[in-house]
Amino acid sequence: MALLEITGVNKRFGGLQALNDAHLIVPKGLIVGLIGPNGAGKTSFFNVMTGLYPADSGVFKLNSQIYNPSAVDEVLKAGIARTFQNIRLFKEMTVLENVMVGRHVRTSAGIFSTIFKTSSQIIEEKQIVDDAMRLLAYVGIENEAHQVSKNLSYGSQRRLEIARALATEPLLLALDEPAAGMNQTEKKELQLLLQKICDDGTTILMIEHDVRLVMGICSEITVLDEGRVIAQGSPETVRKDPAVIEAYLGLAHHG
Amino acid sequence: MIQFSQDKKMAQWLFLALLLCITPWLCLFAGGNYWVRVLDFALLYIFLALGLNIVVGFAGLLDLGYIAFYAVGAYCAGLMASPHLLNSFAHLKELFPLGIHTSYWLILPIAALVAGIFGVLLGTPTLKLRGDYLAIVTLGFGEIIRIFLNNLDRPINLTNGPKGINGIDAVNMFGLYFGKKLNIGGFSIPSVILNYYLFLILVIGVVIICARLQHSRIGRAWVAIREDEIAAKAMGLNTRNLKLLAFAIGASFGGISFSLSESIVVLAMVVLGGMGHIPGVILGSLLLAVFPEFLRAVLVPLQTMLFGHVVVDAEIIRQFLYGCALILIIRYRPNGLWPQMRAS
Amino acid sequence: MDIFLQQILNGLVLGSIYALIALGYTMVYGVLGIINFAHGEVLMLGALIALTCIQVLQYFFPDLPVLITILVVLVVSISSCAVISFYIEKLAYRPLRFAPRLAPLISAIGMSILLQTIAMMIWGRTPLRFPQLLPNQAILIPYSTATITTKEIIIIVVSLVVMITLLVLVKKTKFGRAIRATSENPQVAGLMGVNTNRVISYTFMLGGGLAALAGFMIASNYGSAHFYMGFTPGLKAFTAAVLGGIGNIPGAMLGGLLLGLIESLGSGYISELTGGVFGSNYQDIFAFIVLIVVLIFRPSGLLGEKQGDRA
Repeated sequence: MALLEITGVNKRFGGLQALNDAHLIVPKGLIVGLIGPNGAGKTSFFNVMTGLYPADSGVFKLNSQIYNPSAVDEVLKAGIARTFQNIRLFKEMTVLENVMVGRHVRTSAGIFSTIFKTSSQIIEEKQIVDDAMRLLAYVGIENEAHQVSKNLSYGSQRRLEIARALATEPLLLALDEPAAGMNQTEKKELQLLLQKICDDGTTILMIEHDVRLVMGICSEITVLDEGRVIAQGSPETVRKDPAVIEAYLGLAHHG
Repeated sequence: MIQFSQDKKMAQWLFLALLLCITPWLCLFAGGNYWVRVLDFALLYIFLALGLNIVVGFAGLLDLGYIAFYAVGAYCAGLMASPHLLNSFAHLKELFPLGIHTSYWLILPIAALVAGIFGVLLGTPTLKLRGDYLAIVTLGFGEIIRIFLNNLDRPINLTNGPKGINGIDAVNMFGLYFGKKLNIGGFSIPSVILNYYLFLILVIGVVIICARLQHSRIGRAWVAIREDEIAAKAMGLNTRNLKLLAFAIGASFGGISFSLSESIVVLAMVVLGGMGHIPGVILGSLLLAVFPEFLRAVLVPLQTMLFGHVVVDAEIIRQFLYGCALILIIRYRPNGLWPQMRAS
Repeated sequence: MDIFLQQILNGLVLGSIYALIALGYTMVYGVLGIINFAHGEVLMLGALIALTCIQVLQYFFPDLPVLITILVVLVVSISSCAVISFYIEKLAYRPLRFAPRLAPLISAIGMSILLQTIAMMIWGRTPLRFPQLLPNQAILIPYSTATITTKEIIIIVVSLVVMITLLVLVKKTKFGRAIRATSENPQVAGLMGVNTNRVISYTFMLGGGLAALAGFMIASNYGSAHFYMGFTPGLKAFTAAVLGGIGNIPGAMLGGLLLGLIESLGSGYISELTGGVFGSNYQDIFAFIVLIVVLIFRPSGLLGEKQGDRA
């Protein structure tokens, strides 16, 4: 059963056709990888899918419902939460506060209940703190809850961004190069975390450059090159696909 | 042990409360009505600065037309509590033979509402603009409002043009008339001090509201928008509505206070004090409101002594210092004199 | 028809002046990516410095031919404003080159206040009379009742000459190329050997000089100068720059002229259009309305391209 179904995406930037009839299917409950050589259009696809800029054409369906990726916050409300390649945390806020912002869309205290400090607001606020702490523990950084987020180590920052995205209770977690800049140990830990998240019910889509990581963790992989989908299927299928090998020139070495 | 520190905290608050209550009397005896009035204005500025802080400090939107909102509020009060409306519209005079003297209980919320509406009007088209464009556009809006207010004496005389509305009733609440002395049992309280307490209560109210906003879902959302708007949107925040809310609330605060000063002065207070941080903003307001008065008290006689007359008007020096304050602070202490410490 | 023609002529005069000021905004925005809030104050200082200069010259050399007076005054005022602009950039903007966007803006606001108060201290608060040096004969346009004065013609012509010179400078000279390179991409320009700091300084100085000229024109046109005279023209010229496409030099010229025409025609016809409800005392509103409309519907302006975020 497909959770995410995107077809016919085209996007042109001036003279460059960044995406050419690109498509993607993410089955529910799996971890799906989106790979391709540099400049293949992976991030463009992500950005178009999550509303950062509009596509020239395309049909976007989440959970069999068409969603209009015109506004970034609408995409989140539809059920897709994303992280960013270069980590976009709220730098001056604490770790805990970052995740608490993630709870914003699932809570409702408005201006009047805040000003008059109604009992429902107090209860909700406490719930937000509890939920946020729980998520921090889930990704393993609860000890740093009151640190200013910009002071965190790189690996912890990535986990924080994931925790924040999870706080929005998404149907699909879309990760933009979550392992970038990590060493082998950190990548192993990330793999375990992502597996845990998926087992607990959140479907994951990730862009990644580390092909070994992708082969190890993803059940399905889509390969982009020059804006087109050139292969799709299980890791074994993709690994042996001649078009993929040619696109990467050296994929075989990373087997 | 916990009981002891709780008691200690209680004692500290009580001490502060006591201090705040006696201060105007001390000023009265030390320096006379003038200095109490300075305090009154200081409180008003604090009130204004805290309002602007919501827009600039919390949400990070540089609103330079801020003062227009409180001009709007001032005119609301003016229309509802002065002979002006009756003078312009003769037939209204028949309906209100005793004059229009709305109680301030009604005026304040209405002024806040009207200013808030203007805030939304201003905010709606400008929200997607970037920082510097937003600043200029809000300045432009402020100018538009100023021009209208200055010229609306034709075709219908709403604002009395450049002459302004005079004869506005002094504040009238709880059956107390704040414009005159109050006599309790043989003890008389001058009106400047009555105003002090009134403004003090307003300021305390504002501080409480701001504190509640700051540590709430909405307050966090504003800071998130200020930090990284795209990430905020990616987390599902409706940034447009949140910004509008900030504008509207800020505007309502502006609408409530009613005397005249410039937007830039208030901005200087927020910047100087510490953007976003409530105690910082209060400190900034106090400094910028009271310090120039000290300066005036010193520099005028000093110049007279040295040069025989006042070479540079204290008012000019005050503005000069505002300009310097903005430049130096943003360069050397961009988070203000007393910035927010977020981590523990 | 005559009102129309008259307003067109008025608009051209206004527009030329706005264009000169707008060029300063647009060039600075091009190389630095920020709005020089203090630009209007440079205009004001230019006018006041010119005033003092005139007074000094007329006191010591009462028989000096008018043309020489004007030239000397312009040289002094333009060069002073260039220097002032140099220091504005150095003090208020350069230290904040890598600070968040709000910081240079706040600094600029502070600088703007500072300059106003300095002007107040030196020249006082009351408006000062600006001597009429330019010949001011009214010329009747044939076949109509519209008139234009020689002073206005001079303003238009001088502005035009200056603008054409600037265009040539930017398109054909090495310096102009350096400005354009720095506007496009400061890092790459630096790698190509352009001294970006120097380019930025020179750009500021150029803008300042143009503002001084504009200040002289405004003061001559209205006959007075005072410490607050830079605020409204500054804001309107910024509108003109945005209208034409901020960062775009021909755009600033086009925007300036267009805004002058809009304002002139608007204030000329507004009482007719609104049946006497709003009069020409609402003249200033047009610029602000244009600003808001442009920023909402076409923020890149008439000649500008879609700008990405400069962060």
